[in-house]
Amino acid sequence: MATHPGGLITKAAPAVRTRRLVRKFGDRVILKELDLTVAPGEFTALLGRSGSGKSTLLRAVARLDHTVEGSGELTVPERVSLSFQDSRLLPWLRVLDNVTLGLRGPGARERGLTALEEVGLAGRDRSWPHELSGGEQQRAALARALVREPELLLADEPFGALDALTRIKMHGLLRELYERHRPAVLLVTHDVDEAVELADRVLVLEDGLISVDLAIDLPTLRSRRDARFQEYRDTLLTALGVAQPPAPA
Amino acid sequence: MTDLLPTARTGGGPAVLTKSAAPPQDPPQAPGPRVARGTRRRLGPGRSLPFGRLIGPALLVALWWAASASGYLDPRILSGPGTVISTAGDLVATGRLQDNVLISLQRAGLGLFFGVVSGVVLAVAAGLSRTGEYLLDGPLQIKRAIPSLAMLPLLILWLGIGEEMKVTVIALGVAVSMYINTYAFLTSIDSRYVELAEGLDLGRAQFIRKVVIPGSLPGFFVGLRLGVTSSWVGLIVVEQINATSGIGYMMFQAQQYAQSDVIIVGLVAYGIFGFASDAGVRAIERRALSWRRTLAG
Repeated sequence: MATHPGGLITKAAPAVRTRRLVRKFGDRVILKELDLTVAPGEFTALLGRSGSGKSTLLRAVARLDHTVEGSGELTVPERVSLSFQDSRLLPWLRVLDNVTLGLRGPGARERGLTALEEVGLAGRDRSWPHELSGGEQQRAALARALVREPELLLADEPFGALDALTRIKMHGLLRELYERHRPAVLLVTHDVDEAVELADRVLVLEDGLISVDLAIDLPTLRSRRDARFQEYRDTLLTALGVAQPPAPA
Repeated sequence: MTDLLPTARTGGGPAVLTKSAAPPQDPPQAPGPRVARGTRRRLGPGRSLPFGRLIGPALLVALWWAASASGYLDPRILSGPGTVISTAGDLVATGRLQDNVLISLQRAGLGLFFGVVSGVVLAVAAGLSRTGEYLLDGPLQIKRAIPSLAMLPLLILWLGIGEEMKVTVIALGVAVSMYINTYAFLTSIDSRYVELAEGLDLGRAQFIRKVVIPGSLPGFFVGLRLGVTSSWVGLIVVEQINATSGIGYMMFQAQQYAQSDVIIVGLVAYGIFGFASDAGVRAIERRALSWRRTLAG
């Protein structure tokens, strides 16, 4: 059952807490009594082979899985934002209206414009979503997620559909926005490099349980050529069952 | 000169291309097929012309005029365009045409209005709640199978032969086509958008305003165009039944006196209304759905 923290939430409370979380589709148990705690402001990446239950976990935390059978405790903050693999902009709303969708209170428009500026889309507020490139659409989606000042940002392979060059730019942008807004982040990805480059903590999900919980102790500006980056990468790839060829002498 | 022919490579060793003192001249551009950068979509229907839609009807009138002028058409069977125009002039001068057109427009307009409103309300109610779906969709699908005109005897029995009956018959036909199309588009709104709306904590009213209505608007317009057409069809039928005014009544009377020119004036009036109202709906649709990219562009 999902419990709402209500007024009980304090600064020290974790951003995400699951206890013995179970989710199953018929006889197939996807999450097996999974325990997970994400601290406020912590950038966590969730790796796993396909079918390991990454998306099931994310959808459970997002509380989008009403129809899925399950049990366990789940605590999430009041303000949660989601970002999907597709930008999911409503095609009939202009970019700014997409960003401010669901925003309440005065100044929504100004906040939306600021958010668009932050993701580098200043001046595109009157465009239709189909007039934006794939990367720009994903930027707009990021603006929509952040304009709500979330305490927790859930991202399900947000860069999965982008080309390699755009993806590199988006990594920089996401990290930059994270530094500025400091939400807790739970990023689902299948890209080990992406996880090590962006996150401060990387989890590997295997058979419905967390098999690896790795703190990434690297400076904010990371280089893939860094020896420690390679080390983390190899550790994670091994955990994911990908054999590593011996490093060239 | 270096021999660039492939036969040179069949020699014993690997063919080596050496740079000669005088590099081979580029052959002049062969006049082969040039790839022109088209200004229009190759698989699209082509460039659009302003008022292009009027070409077909204009051609039809020209054909009619030519047939009458050449004496090919017997005026007792079909009057020529000239006669029809002068008859229309007479009818306007006596005020008969305007009076009848006005009353017809009022009937069709009222029927269309009630039909559109009730069709949309029913579609939203059936599309957004299970209770609505279970209670409304069945009866409306059954009603769809029964032409509104088949209910005419019953409606006359209930409502008499006055204006209420006429407007109701028209509205019934309109409501069904509005309902069917709006409901179909509404229920096929992508579930990912519903998920998005839940993720953004949209309330029900905002969900309807920002997602449901715009998402089903294409269906609304399909229904509206069919509805407008069906309102004219309904109008023509109800005006044949004990009417004492309206274009249909005027035509019915003309039939008694074998005035084919008056009948044509009535038909032309119906045609103009049908064409103009469809064009009007299209224009509104283009504006309202400007976010869409379609084949027709």
